[in-house]
Formats: sequence, C-alpha cells, structure tokens
Amino acid sequence: MATEVKLQALKENVEVVEVNAVKVSVGDTVTAGQALMEVQADKAALEVPAPSAGVISQILVKTGDSVKIGQSIFVIDANGSPSAAAPAAKPASAPTAAAKPSAPVPVAASKPAVTPAVAQTIALATHQDDKITPASPVVRRMARELGVELSMVPGTGRHGRISEEDIRAFVQNRGAGANGGGTGISVPALPRFEDIGPVEKQPMSAIRKATARQMNLSWSIVPHVTQNDLVDITDFENFRRSESKGPKFTITAFALKAAAVLLQEFPVFNSSVDMQNNSIIYKKYYNIGVAVDTENGLLVPVIRDVDKKSIAELAVELTSIAERARQRKLDSKDLSGGTFTITNLGGIGGTGFTPIVNYPEVAILGISRGRLEPVVYKGEITPRLMMPLSLSYDHRVIDGAAAARFTRRLAEMLENPYQLLIHA
Amino acid sequence: MAQVIETQVAVLGAGPGGYAAAFLAADLGKKVALIEAGPKPGGTCLNVGCIPSKAVLHVAKLIQDAKEAAHFGVKFGDPKIDINLVRGHWQNVVSTLSTNLGRLCDARKINFVQGIGKFTSPNTIEVEGKGTVKFEQCIIATGSSPAKPPSFNLPTDRIMDSTGALKLQDIPGKLLVVGGGYIGLELGFVYASLGSKVTVVEMTDGLLPGADRDLVVPLNRRLESIFHKIYLKTKVAKVEDTSKGIKATLEGPEVTEKEPVFDRVLVSVGRRPNTGNLGLDKAGITLDAKGFIPVDEQRRTQVPHIYAIGDVAGEPMLAHKASYEGKIAAEAILGEPSVYDVRAVPAVVFTDPEIAWCGLTENEANARGIEVKRVRFPWAGSGRAMTRKRTEGLTKLLVDPKTERILGVGIVGVDAGEMIGEAMLAIEMGASARDLAMTMHAHPTLSETIAEAAESVFGHPTHAMPKKA
Repeated sequence: MATEVKLQALKENVEVVEVNAVKVSVGDTVTAGQALMEVQADKAALEVPAPSAGVISQILVKTGDSVKIGQSIFVIDANGSPSAAAPAAKPASAPTAAAKPSAPVPVAASKPAVTPAVAQTIALATHQDDKITPASPVVRRMARELGVELSMVPGTGRHGRISEEDIRAFVQNRGAGANGGGTGISVPALPRFEDIGPVEKQPMSAIRKATARQMNLSWSIVPHVTQNDLVDITDFENFRRSESKGPKFTITAFALKAAAVLLQEFPVFNSSVDMQNNSIIYKKYYNIGVAVDTENGLLVPVIRDVDKKSIAELAVELTSIAERARQRKLDSKDLSGGTFTITNLGGIGGTGFTPIVNYPEVAILGISRGRLEPVVYKGEITPRLMMPLSLSYDHRVIDGAAAARFTRRLAEMLENPYQLLIHA
Repeated sequence: MAQVIETQVAVLGAGPGGYAAAFLAADLGKKVALIEAGPKPGGTCLNVGCIPSKAVLHVAKLIQDAKEAAHFGVKFGDPKIDINLVRGHWQNVVSTLSTNLGRLCDARKINFVQGIGKFTSPNTIEVEGKGTVKFEQCIIATGSSPAKPPSFNLPTDRIMDSTGALKLQDIPGKLLVVGGGYIGLELGFVYASLGSKVTVVEMTDGLLPGADRDLVVPLNRRLESIFHKIYLKTKVAKVEDTSKGIKATLEGPEVTEKEPVFDRVLVSVGRRPNTGNLGLDKAGITLDAKGFIPVDEQRRTQVPHIYAIGDVAGEPMLAHKASYEGKIAAEAILGEPSVYDVRAVPAVVFTDPEIAWCGLTENEANARGIEVKRVRFPWAGSGRAMTRKRTEGLTKLLVDPKTERILGVGIVGVDAGEMIGEAMLAIEMGASARDLAMTMHAHPTLSETIAEAAESVFGHPTHAMPKKA
C-alpha cells in the first residue's frame, strides 16, 4: 500500500522550508525514522525522517525546492516495489492538500515526522495574509500606497476589520516605533531598475531571508549606540601564541570567556527589555552567540553556559560548532537561546564597525583586526599591537557610561591575560 | 502609406477592456492610440456578445412571460414573430452604443486607428492600411473568439458559433446546441422561445460545469420543459452536412435517436484567446500553455512596458473583468500602485431563471478544504417571488464559521444577476452576515432573501419555519 508522506510542521512559525539534500532514491528500502531529506528551516538544518518503513516509490521534491508544510514529499510503499513510471522530481508549485489524487494516508498526517521536542503543530489557518484580512478596496489601496502590509495592521472593527483610521494610526505608530511598532513596515515599491540597465533577479535563500527579517526587527526596535575602544593585545598575543599545545586558542575563545565574566559583573548587558510591562528581565544564564560566516550566509550558533566552561573547552566547542555551521549541520537548538553575541571580523580586516544588536539581546561585541600602532607605552613611543572593539548596545536599558566601563574592563582583561586565568 | 503615428500609449483592441483602458489613460493625460480591427469601439461584448445576446434574451423572456400570463388569467395568442425586427432590436441597441462610444473616444482626443494591428517590434505595431504606430507603452486587449473543434469545420452556415447564432438568419425547426455552458444555454433559450426544438448536448454530467449544483437544479428543471432534450455525458462524435440538414452522431447513455438531423447547429464549447496572430514574438512576449499572455498583478507582461488585459490575460473571460483590468493597467502606466486585488468576480448566466454567483463557491470550498458555513434561503419564503409565481429561486451564502464574514454568494432565480451587486459589495467590504442582516432591505423585493439568508447564519429568519427545539 502506497503512503504519501507529507511535510510536517518542523519548527514554530516556519511554513516553507528549502530542501538541502534528498537522502534516498526511488527503490530504496527505508526504516521508520530514517532520514529522507535534509531541509533548511530559517537558519536550522533539519532532517525529515520516514514516518514508517517501506520502499520509496516516488520522490516529489528535489534539492533547492521550496516546500510548504503539508505538501507531499515522498511516496512510501509499505510492501511494494517502486512504481514503474515514478517521476524523479516535480516542481513545487504550492499544491493544495486536495489537489493530489493519490492516496493520502491519515496515519502519516497525524504522526509528527520529527522529534517531539522540535515538532510543533502550526495552525496554518491562523496565518493572516492580505487576501483574507477584512478591509474594503479603498483601505487596501491606501495600505499599498503607504507601503503597509495589511495583515500587520490591528483592525479596530468587528472581527478585526481594518478602517482607514486604523491604517493612519498604524503608520503614525511605526514612525514613532514605540514598542516594536516598526515591524510592520513593508517598503514602498522599488524603482524599475530594468528600465535603467540590465538586472538579474534572484530569490533570497532561507538563511538570507531569516537574516533580513531578524536585522530588520532589531534595527527597528533597538535604539543603537556603538562604543569604540582599542585594546593593546601585544602581551596577550605573545601569551596566546606560546600556547602551542591543545586546541586552537583564538581571540574569540578568550573574548567569550571575558564576556561571560563581564556579563556577570554588568548584569544589564545580559538582560532583555519588556516594554509591555515596563520591566527588565535579567538572565542568570550566559549563552553567547558567535557570528559565523559560511558560504550560505551568516549563522549565529550559540555556545551555552560559557561561564561554566574553561577557555580550552570553549576553544574546542567553538571550532566544532563553527565547522557544523559551515556544513549546515546546526539544529534549531544550536541557534537559539543566546543572551549576548560576539562577531569577530578580525580575520578579514577593518578598523571598526557598527554591529547590530541581536534582538531580544541588548548588546553585541564587534572585534576588528589588530595592527601595530605607535603607542606611548611606559613613557616611550613603542610599536604595540592594537585591536579595535566595537560594542553596540540597546540604549533603552544601557547607558553610555556603563557601556564605556564594560568595554574598558574587557580591554583590560585582554591586555592582561593573566586576569582571565583567574576565571578560567 | 508609410505613415508613422507616434503615441504615448497604444491600446490594441477596443473591447470593454481596451476602451476602458484607453479612456482612463487619456483622462489621466496620456496621448492614446486605440487600434481596433472593427469599424467602431465595442469589441465582442458590444457587437457579438453580451449586449446583443441580452437584447434577444429580453425578447425570449417576454415570450415566456406572455405564456405564463395564462396562470394569472391573461391569455395571449401564439406569438407572431418577425425575425427581422427581433434582429433589428439588437442591431439598434448595438449601433446606438457603439456610436456613443465613438463620441466618447473623440471627446477624449483618442486616435482611433481602424485596422488589424500586429507587433513589428517591442515598440511598434503595424496597422494594416494605416501605417506604423510607435508607442512608449502598450496594452494588449485583443479578446477571444469562439472555439470550434475541427470536426465542426464543414462548409455550411448551418453550423454556427455564437456570432452566427446572433445573426438570427431564421428560426430553425430543430437546433442542436453543442456545449451546456452559459453561452449555449442562453442562446438555446432564445431559440427555444422563438419556437425551435432545441437539443442540448453536454459532455460532463451537468449543465453549467463549475457552478454549484444546487443553483443549477431549478434552472435545469425549467429548461427541461423548454428544451426538447438535454443530453448529459454525451458527445457529438460526428456531424455531416446532408440535403435534409446536419446529421449528428451522438454518443451518450441516454441518447435514443442515434443520428438525428438538425436544421442548425450551435457550437458553444468555449472561447480561445486571440493571441495567435499578433506578432507577439516580435514584441518579445511568449504565451503560456493555454495561449494566454502571462501577466503580473499590475497586468504587466514580461516586457515591462507592455500590458495585457481581459480574455488574453487569462480566465475568467468576462467583460467586467476586462474593463477592471484595463483601468488597473492604465493606472499602472501612470505609475500608480494599482494592482488587481479583487476578492470576488461576479458571474451571471442570463437564462430564465438567472444564475449569479461571486466569491467562493461551494465546489471551490470543498476542493480547497476551506471550512465554511452554508446557509440557504429558498424563495418559497419570499412574498415578492410569490407575486411573480417564481418561487423556484434560492439564495445561498457561504460564510466564515468563525467571523461570519461573507465569503461567497450564489443566487438562482429571476433577476439574480441584478442582485449579485449587493453580494459583491459585501465581499469586497469584508461584511459579515450580521452586517447584511442589519442593513434594512426594501419590502417586498427579492433582495430581502439575502438578508433572510444572512439572518439564518446566527439566528432565525423571519420567514422561515422555526427549528424544533
């Protein structure tokens, strides 16, 4: 009996995933739980396991396809052989559930295809889009003119009906950006670049989309300030390079440890802002995200409990998690739960930059490349290795003095690596 | 001969889509050339479609009403029909309307270029006998033509398409209508009322495929008494031109007479977009598999300064959709953020009774797995329907079960087409069933059936029997 396997909800708020790799071929015998394919959901790579044992008789997706939750992806024959004319791949043109005539099997639909920890049923019916948002034609046109995404506008009418006043109020609030009110901005129409010169259009990858969404969110919610400082790492570098045994001790590994110490010293840097309740939430755990540049785009895996780990342990974990990020092997747990972020562009160069806070965190440390500079050291002008630090922070909860102190303390720790050893 | 007409906007085709687009573009300040193969603007709708068919349908309804008058104690004799005057009626209507359109065109200083136009490049259209129209932006609105399967291609005018049928050359004794869609039923109804014995052959298992069945039932019942025969799941295997008439070989489960002979045959199996001979390749436009021009939500083709609207831009092929799109395209040319963002398109079948629907249909809700609450108010509960002795009608609402928002409306009954406007407004405005129920409706009118249907979404319609506790 042929069973159609449909893509189950994999992750909260993820409705479309990209197929990274199909791991089986038509004719393969699979066991229940065996990975059928790997998909990209936002930034996490997830495996989709077989709901039951059998023979793969059809593969309805291919690498690179966008697949919707509920879409049929494989046909598994419980005891049969692959169908003679099994199409290798079909274009994923958003088919509706009812459009597929071949035997849908309720068992497959009710069984979560991933571990319960990750699987969450998504009520797709609650998803609002402009087609079903109640608003008159004039209101819809007004929204288009003002670049407002209709489904983001809270309608004050019965059952959320949106009036012209609602749109006006929404536009005013988004200007003020009071409490995350800026999230509904959809940009006015772009000029027609093709009228000016040749262009090429490419869809954003899942990672790009996730980055764009997150940065847009952070930028519109968080009032940013960046504190810059220089740290003399001459001694530190001598110390670091002398350690030839063991794991690769990078600047980032030390910065992680230093940050964890300072986050305990300055708890507000490890907090989040709750404007709804006018309160600040201090987190008593220290999970630090590290920005990793991969060929697929920016990923920020999170290293947990940094305060409880030694620099050696952090160095090992950093190497392995960065490697997994490059291989797209991160799961959603690896990418969530951060309380602070470090982004080190020193490997590439630069004298400073303005990192964007990774909302709902309140601070992010940017590191640029250290270089030899003439510095007055012990009364003499001496060449010293100076490394720029750029700390961006959320001015709603962190003031300039605190940020200056935090950055200076961090510099001192790296200038005097023996200080760090006390904590390591 | 080698005249060059320079214009800002060229509109190719002056049907209801093309002239609406041309008029608006001109009103918004553009220099417009309107290219049309026919002598005057109007297109299929005005010349050989909506308008003439409705003019003759009016005559047909009059004949049926006169017959029905016997029930009210008024008896007329058998009608004496002067087919030339019937034809004259619609021709007068068409001539008046197209003259008026011509005046509206002139008043807007639109350059009406009469002739067949073909693209010769992405910025030029060659108009036969007129020269080259050189444009900055273009709107393609060339419409559609009746489809005619090759098996019906016999050298005789006894086999007609809708255009031929409207010519009313005579009242055939026996007429075969191939295709039970709205065109076949409307024109079949006309000929049956004028006195022809009409046989309708439909390939699927019901008339008006696509329409909800409960709406078709009352029409079907009435047509059974007006038409000679309705054959479903039946196809015309062969037609032959014989001395006695057109011999048709019918294949279907209920066909008794296998090779009946007809005086005339109306082929109404659908329409095809007129996209074949426009030189679209010269403009850089490629068609989709069905011959339509692919467009975006502003009705822009893959060539950014060329738009396509109406029947050439996809289903449904309806005049009101074309003119709506025409205005969108004209505004888009002016750089306005207009898009085709409708929540419903009305469809009306002008038979007697009429069928009209808009928004979500029950068929579509089932196919797409959309949960709806369906309420129906039978016209047996309508005083107005009773006064006309036409209680076979039905008003149906499909509402969102949670919000009671109106998602779709279907009506069958006399004047259903006139009632669908309220339903359209309700859907576009996002009205709920309560909004409709709380809007006062004039008494006694058929529109009350909409309010009563809406009442039954959340309570008790006044004129329905209360449900037993």
